[in-house]
Amino acid sequence: MNRKELLEKISRLDFLATDLHLYLDTHPHDKDIIEKYNIIVNEANQFRRKYEENFGPLCSYRSPSDPNEWTWKDDPFPWSAEFAKNPCNCKEGVR
Amino acid sequence: MWIYEKKLEYPISIKRSNPKLAKIIIEQYGGPDGELAASMRYLSQKFTMVTPEARALLNDIGTEELAHLEMIGAMVTQLTQNATRKEIMDAGLDPNYVNHGLAIYPQSAAGIPWTASYIQSKGDPVSDLYEDMAAEEKARSTYEYLIDLMDDPDVIEPLRFLREREIVHTQRFGEALRYVKEYFDSKRMFY
Repeated sequence: MNRKELLEKISRLDFLATDLHLYLDTHPHDKDIIEKYNIIVNEANQFRRKYEENFGPLCSYRSPSDPNEWTWKDDPFPWSAEFAKNPCNCKEGVR
Repeated sequence: MWIYEKKLEYPISIKRSNPKLAKIIIEQYGGPDGELAASMRYLSQKFTMVTPEARALLNDIGTEELAHLEMIGAMVTQLTQNATRKEIMDAGLDPNYVNHGLAIYPQSAAGIPWTASYIQSKGDPVSDLYEDMAAEEKARSTYEYLIDLMDDPDVIEPLRFLREREIVHTQRFGEALRYVKEYFDSKRMFY
């Protein structure tokens, strides 16, 4: 999976988690949905780890940094038009 | 606390600059029914909410609204990026430009700065949840009016996403209100 596909995968899973989270706030006994929620959150975390290993940190305070370089400030922030094209200062492959 | 994640809830990638659209979309950044008002409303009300369902919802929907605020800011930024002098003048963005340049400022489409008087935090769970449901419906209407005025699919798609989120939020607040009413109707024993 390339960077763009990975980011899209994470975004889709995170959105499902957001929506189910709100649903569970008012349907706390729906065990089927809790099970789905857990599967989605775990899957999203796996893809997030994969993304961060190859393309740099996604989260402030939670994602480890490249030990040699603080790339957080240089990689585009997501409100910029460049972000959709290339959210890290890397080639489509690896940083 | 909050953790920042370097991505948008729904991607924004606008290819064509269009300051005219930016001028009206700012309504959902700092207007009366915009995302800043939504997040401040819920994130203030959460501290005194009584039932667990509604308390969690205010926290979680208030958080999602912050992500929506960022999406609107991204749309306005991308629509005004590289705008020419003529485009700014033709869009009527010049009064905004003399004060803010191309910066994002929390204001309505008519240029009225954001104010806390747009929101209420009443400390009465029934009042607060009715306020929240009304707020979500007003935001939905605003998104529909915005979509009516848009002609760029790169802009319409994220606006449609945001409109749908308002509908889901109304539904969830309605469910939380039912719990609050049950809570007040429940029998209390005094010894």
